[in-house]
Amino acid sequence: MIAPEQYPVLIVVIPLLSAFLINLIGMADKRFCYPATLLALGGSLAAAVAVAGQVAAGGVIHYRVGGWPPPFGIEYVIDHLNALVLVVIAGVALVAAIASKCSVEAEFPHKRAQFYTLFVLLTTGLLGMTITGDAFNLYVLMEISALTNYALIAMGGNRALVGGFNYIIVGTIGACFYLLGVGHLYIMTGSLNMADLLHLLPALFHTKAVLVGAILMLLGAWIKMAFFPLHGWLPNAYTYAPSATSTLVAPLMTKVSVYIMIRVLFSVFGAYYVFTVLPVKGLIVWLAVAAIVGGSLFALAQQDFKRMLTYLIVAEVGYMVGGVWLANQWGITGAILHIINDAVMTLCLFLFCAIVVHKTKGHRLSDMRGLFRRMPVTMTAFAIGALSMIGVPPTAGFFSKWYLILGGIDAHQWGFVAALLFSSLVNAVLFFRIFEIAHFEPADEVHGHGHGAVAIDEAPLSMLLPLVAVAVGLIVLGLYSTTLVSTFIHYAVPAGI
Amino acid sequence: MAELFAKYNYWIYIALMMIGLYAMIAKGNLAKKIIGMSIFQTAIIVFYVSIAAKTGGATIPIIAHGHEGAEHAVRVIDYVNPLPHVLMLTAIVVGVATLGVALAIAMSIHQRYGTMEEEEILEQIRE
Repeated sequence: MIAPEQYPVLIVVIPLLSAFLINLIGMADKRFCYPATLLALGGSLAAAVAVAGQVAAGGVIHYRVGGWPPPFGIEYVIDHLNALVLVVIAGVALVAAIASKCSVEAEFPHKRAQFYTLFVLLTTGLLGMTITGDAFNLYVLMEISALTNYALIAMGGNRALVGGFNYIIVGTIGACFYLLGVGHLYIMTGSLNMADLLHLLPALFHTKAVLVGAILMLLGAWIKMAFFPLHGWLPNAYTYAPSATSTLVAPLMTKVSVYIMIRVLFSVFGAYYVFTVLPVKGLIVWLAVAAIVGGSLFALAQQDFKRMLTYLIVAEVGYMVGGVWLANQWGITGAILHIINDAVMTLCLFLFCAIVVHKTKGHRLSDMRGLFRRMPVTMTAFAIGALSMIGVPPTAGFFSKWYLILGGIDAHQWGFVAALLFSSLVNAVLFFRIFEIAHFEPADEVHGHGHGAVAIDEAPLSMLLPLVAVAVGLIVLGLYSTTLVSTFIHYAVPAGI
Repeated sequence: MAELFAKYNYWIYIALMMIGLYAMIAKGNLAKKIIGMSIFQTAIIVFYVSIAAKTGGATIPIIAHGHEGAEHAVRVIDYVNPLPHVLMLTAIVVGVATLGVALAIAMSIHQRYGTMEEEEILEQIRE
């Protein structure tokens, strides 16, 4: 048996080694790739849950990789913030993997081994970015997740190739900005360990090099999370990506980038520097307002369901960035809670999208005609996800939005409050339009003959069960959000603001 | 004036970085964009490597008497800082991998659309 103090490294090592194994297994027999992937991600999830339990019981865990003491060696630090994010990443990846079976077999049957290798490697990158306490290690894992992501998106062929190519260019700029920022901090302090930097930087807060480092790291994170107006790469890349890819990356990539922003702000620079020394608090909240309003308006203009969802992601990023920069307890709590809730909500919507693509071979709004009759269970689960996006209690989306609005009122950022309400309204319009199309507009004549009963034609179980589980999960997350806040998020918010 | 050029390594890296950024944004040819990306990444490698240097004849950190009882104390000032070099080894690997993925995707684009010019690709998509 492996000792419990080794669990933190298992979260990353299990999927990392499995990725290579899956590739080897795929050479022997492609059918075993799928179960091997589930096993790897399941193992990682189990370790993440165990570590989260340890953190909840005993506080922050410091793990020295290879036994080297920080600041010389790489340190894994699991506190109340990333314990939660790790569980979400591993969980979302596992659910996305379960649901990927049919899409992968339909869309690229001969590339299964490559797909699952990259899939698991991408998850490894995300988990590693989240768990590490070292600024340079974070860059390396950021690039691992980004490189695998480019390849997974480009597997969609045709327009996905062009979207993927633009993503490479923009993603590289983002990662390089981050690296350059780390370089500035290294020149000033001679350290790359986050805890060490937090300790060394206060004496250097007045220097321009630290300011430039902060701006570069922030810009890098913003490009990676598609913060409006740096979102240009996201819609095309995610819309034309294969269903199985977008189910994994759409919920996770942007959310992990938001986590990175929070981590850099509070664990490297500290809340005092970010909110008191830097005079940009109000400005960034207004940028977030622009992101929310802009993302929502672009979403309204779309006729393609998947493309509409990608613009909603852009709007949701605005929620989280704005929430952090409200600089009060409510706002930051809301932003962190929204990382979790939004990951699950987006997963729900993209799982539904994968089912629609699987069943109708398209993802335009018009493809959804008559779906309520054909797939009642699928549509009900989708409805829960949609209500959560709108923010209807008791779904999860309501609670994080509630905290964000309280934060906005507390900080007197009325523009942010108005943008949140506006975006909820737009979401309501968007999703009720879909309900209307799916419920009242009859399916094409080819499918239904006259007024006869339409045969129920649900998605395969491997896709339906994850969707239903995620929809139920949204309600459970909503009901237990107070527990979540008091057990984890309460400790993750920096003290003294 | 002399102060402005004392740290010329920063000017070099900024110039390289801007050349790369310009190529990535302004050039319409995918291959040129990839070249720009490579220059951009190299600029950061130059930046890191240059900050490791020390004035006064510091050399590569290979310690001649390190293993035999280490009779000489290591004088840090005699050697360049090895850590940025080590970091950049990783960054070079990342850069090569990015270049590989970008070239592979550019090849697929060329096979699919028969051109590397962004304008012509977008024209074909619009049709």
